[in-house]
Amino acid sequence: MALEYRGRYDAMSSSFAPTATTAPDARTRESGWWGMLLFITTEATIFGVLFATYFYLRFKNMPVWPPDGIKQPTLGLPLLMSAFLLTSSIPMHIAELGVKKGKQTWLKAGLAVSFLLGVGFLVIMLGFEYPEKLKEFTPQTDVYGSLFFLITGLHGTHVLVGLAMNAWAQVKAARGRFDQAHHLTMLNVAAYWHFVDVIWIFVFLTLYFSPRF
Amino acid sequence: MRHLRARVWFLITVAFLLPACSSASPSALRPRGPAAQRIDGLWWFMFWIALGVFCVVIGMLLFGMLRRRKPDSVERGSGETAVVLLGIVAPVIILVTLFVVSIHDLNALSAPAKTNALTVNVIGHDWWWEVRYPQQHVVTANEIHIPTGKPVLLHLSTGDVIHSFWVPQLSEKTDMIPGKINRMLIQADHPGVYRGQCAEFCGLEHARMSFLVIAEAPAQFDAWTAAESQPLAATTGAAARGEKVFLHSTCVSCHAIQGTSASATDGPDLTHFGSRRTIAANTLPNTRGNLAAWIEDPQGIKPGADMPPAVLEPSQLQALLTFVEGLK
Amino acid sequence: MAAIAERLTSIWEETPGLASWLTTVDHKRIGKRYIATAFVFFVLAGLEAMVIRVQLARPDQALVSPDAYNQLFTMHGITMIFLFATPILSGFGNFFVPLMIGARDMAFPRLNAFGYWVFLFAGLFMSFSLIIGKAPTDGWFNYVPFALTHYSPGLNIDFYGLGIIFIGISSTTGAINFIVTIFKMRAPGMSINRMPLFVWAVLSTAFAIVFALPSLTVANVLLELDRKAGFHFYDVSHGGDPILWQHLFWIFGHPDVYIIVLPALGMVSTILPVFSRRPIVAYPYVALSTVAVGIVGFGVWVHHMFATGLPQLSMTFFSAASMMVVIPSGIQMFAWVITIIKGRPVYTVPFLFIIGFIVTFLIGGLTGPMFAAVPFDQQITDSYFVVAHFHYVLFGGAVFPIFGALYYWLPKMTGRLMNERLGKLSFWLIFIGFQVTFFPMHIMGLLGMPRRIYTYQAGLGWDVWNMISSIGSFILAAGVLAFIVDYFFSVRRGRPAGDNPWAADTLEWAISSPPPAYNFESIPHVRSREPLWEQPGLPEEIRRGTAGPVLDEGHATVATSVLDADTEEILEMPGESSWPVVTALGMLVVFSALLVSHLALAAVGLLIMAWGIAGWLWNTGDVTTL
Repeated sequence: MALEYRGRYDAMSSSFAPTATTAPDARTRESGWWGMLLFITTEATIFGVLFATYFYLRFKNMPVWPPDGIKQPTLGLPLLMSAFLLTSSIPMHIAELGVKKGKQTWLKAGLAVSFLLGVGFLVIMLGFEYPEKLKEFTPQTDVYGSLFFLITGLHGTHVLVGLAMNAWAQVKAARGRFDQAHHLTMLNVAAYWHFVDVIWIFVFLTLYFSPRF
Repeated sequence: MRHLRARVWFLITVAFLLPACSSASPSALRPRGPAAQRIDGLWWFMFWIALGVFCVVIGMLLFGMLRRRKPDSVERGSGETAVVLLGIVAPVIILVTLFVVSIHDLNALSAPAKTNALTVNVIGHDWWWEVRYPQQHVVTANEIHIPTGKPVLLHLSTGDVIHSFWVPQLSEKTDMIPGKINRMLIQADHPGVYRGQCAEFCGLEHARMSFLVIAEAPAQFDAWTAAESQPLAATTGAAARGEKVFLHSTCVSCHAIQGTSASATDGPDLTHFGSRRTIAANTLPNTRGNLAAWIEDPQGIKPGADMPPAVLEPSQLQALLTFVEGLK
Repeated sequence: MAAIAERLTSIWEETPGLASWLTTVDHKRIGKRYIATAFVFFVLAGLEAMVIRVQLARPDQALVSPDAYNQLFTMHGITMIFLFATPILSGFGNFFVPLMIGARDMAFPRLNAFGYWVFLFAGLFMSFSLIIGKAPTDGWFNYVPFALTHYSPGLNIDFYGLGIIFIGISSTTGAINFIVTIFKMRAPGMSINRMPLFVWAVLSTAFAIVFALPSLTVANVLLELDRKAGFHFYDVSHGGDPILWQHLFWIFGHPDVYIIVLPALGMVSTILPVFSRRPIVAYPYVALSTVAVGIVGFGVWVHHMFATGLPQLSMTFFSAASMMVVIPSGIQMFAWVITIIKGRPVYTVPFLFIIGFIVTFLIGGLTGPMFAAVPFDQQITDSYFVVAHFHYVLFGGAVFPIFGALYYWLPKMTGRLMNERLGKLSFWLIFIGFQVTFFPMHIMGLLGMPRRIYTYQAGLGWDVWNMISSIGSFILAAGVLAFIVDYFFSVRRGRPAGDNPWAADTLEWAISSPPPAYNFESIPHVRSREPLWEQPGLPEEIRRGTAGPVLDEGHATVATSVLDADTEEILEMPGESSWPVVTALGMLVVFSALLVSHLALAAVGLLIMAWGIAGWLWNTGDVTTL
């Protein structure tokens, strides 16, 4: 059935004046950047839920934490890991500035240094930190072990993904696919890497530092 | 108009009271204890408010649908004020009232029990109820006897998954959660048998995990606990033969009878089984015929239950039935 | 004029054939697919419900075994929630959000295609469990410890745990895509206060998904680690806690109610004014309450746990929060009713479904705050009263609007009008069938009948109501059947719809039915909230190419600023691609491998995924969007 519109709406137009079309300004964000931001938001929420889970189970198991005679986590290796991971954000930022300013050397060198620091983090984690912990407890020992290995393992996986993205950006950079106007991949790789670094601060504070209190 | 109102009243009465007339119905709207009474009051309070709001909104809707419109009427007002008044102000008033009333009821319901209250431990199992009276040294199953007019403190826990303890006519429900003991008061004001049922999904036979609360005058209750705390007396004749069958069968791997060598705790304690009204968590009335059917083919009656079928000669079965029936 | 259409068609039309069926990125084709697939799941879940109602029609029946019953009620819930309600609304969003905001596609067309494939594969993955008789048996709420290996050894629960994680990927990518589309792709001039209310609702829903879904994902990751790898998150004997599952589940589960209902309410706010022949009353209040529901919905989850023995203070807090969440719905309810009062209603089939929605959702909304009253909740939770309540909210709040939306928008999608008579028959059967099925469940609950029982004893006062309810379910099913007949009849024989059969106000009605591949000949400049009512010449201008940019030199659309929708740049959009389906297939391999604990196969799946993602991103990501 066809209907006809019989209203009188000229007098009822919306109370907002039409906006003029303006030229794009510096604050313009590409869709891809928004996409990455929201992806990071989802991931950050996942980590947030895991930290909440950690403290929920910890306070349920009060006053003994870690339970079952597991020792307080030592801070030496984790601090070294932090040093590697947190400094890796600096060359990543340099790479980002480089691509924006058209300096391909900054871009390539920044990515490479950041990559090596990230690999260093994983080597310490898998080569020294995990074997030491596994001697004391495993994920199957109790809920503390389950939490420790899930959260650090998930973060380590994120480092690995970040490194894969970095490698991807290096390949693209080597083939000269980035210039001052086209470098969304680079922006997103950097954003993800900074996110992985920031999450590590929370992993460190939660898993290594908080049991002392 | 009066005619219509009478008809509405009639329908409401039919809807809620007709089934409530069936005396076996565990209706929350036929409260028999102070907690259920209070909740019943809260329900009717909310019901009338909801009915009022329903009539207002439906009235407005019908008005909007049926009102005559002049072809060139000029519209007055944007309607926003009405939306704010009806959609924000009125609901806030109603909800604040409801909140105050319900929190008042919540406080009344969670008043702490007296320290000398009768304590009963109820433990949920797949799919039956273990009932223990620690002060009276009584252990039974699927049947909770309580004295009338007194608050009884329940310690609710579980032997496996989550169950939920619910006797609608006496009080609200409380979950039974692994690693936790929940406390709850129940009280029945009048003697009677009140049906309860597991209210949290617990697997295959969640539907057949029911029980009875039997409220008796305090003197009767004391007599009951005195009788139930006795171990098995010596048996004679067919019962003695049945006892032998029992003690040499697979029954003893799960069931206990105080005063004999049977002391397993995986299944219900049978010391006074003959005094109970039902079999298999209120699935069947406790008659000799039903008992025979249950022993021979429990999986046909309650598929998935832990009870295996017993393979017995007819004469053995008859002796066993006599023995178990006699466990008063 | 014709020349513009020809040039744009040559740019936007996808190659015909089977290959294109796999590689399409057209939001309209993907949207239709979402709707059709979700509707098939709706019918399946409905049939499951019919078996349940036949089994419960009389006491002590043994039509199905307890195990089969538990599989059926579990799959009914999971299918309706995860495979019907969420995806069908996503389908409407896919088809209509770009059209309503004057865009040529979603922000990430390939991600959109990927989202559909993941939904389809995850849906098949979960439904497969029922075919082999190993469907999950622990309800959609899947409480532990029953869901742990000790009590549920088979694969049943793993289908749930892995399937939910799997489908969550689809919902998350879809939500991100909607947010960016709505933020960046609106036609110039469609500032945020001129967005159609359906678009507002999709936006709030998408944000709710971004923040709620991670909780469900984590809950199921912990569950699968407990089940498959011997972790102890929910295991009391090793310091875990079963209540943790309930918190994680309901932090997602309650917002999920709004995730389902919000877009449907947005449909109501879009369709109802069209048939009231006037703009909606109190638009800013309705738009803001859409956002408010999305936010407050996160503060109420504990009212699902009032019977677990929580501290009284926490119950008081969550009782107050749960009552507060009623208010935004109240605002919308009165805005709709007053819009009808002030308008000149035209009783078409879509409008009948909207009125059916108002009546039904109102009842659900009135029993809702009762559960915020703690003592009543503790008495009535997990009884049939709850089953009645949430069917009034979800069927009333989502399914009635969905049928209204189908009758309203199918003419735009197919180009043909639906049959009014069959439509009215369908409405009355569904409306009456629904009330007869679900109203008695309030009474059964008050009479003490618990949920999720496969049978019940006679003589408890429940028999009559169960019989009535079962009869109602057949009437309801007949109504759905009438709709299906109407659809297949109309899609072949229906009268041509024309561009704007309802004289509606939003942009999708400015273009032909069905819409051309490129949507708009020229991207319109929007000057009001009801563009077609206030700019009557707009359809003609769009067609002539004078409404705004034509962009006929590439696969392009306009990107605008987030709040004011000022033109920012011209976006080059990606075309057809086989990488999304390859990546989704890789995921299917991963999840199937995890199901049977075959790690080598899972590695193969990961490699397929990596290959898919690499191929996908190599040529995009810098020049165009995903």
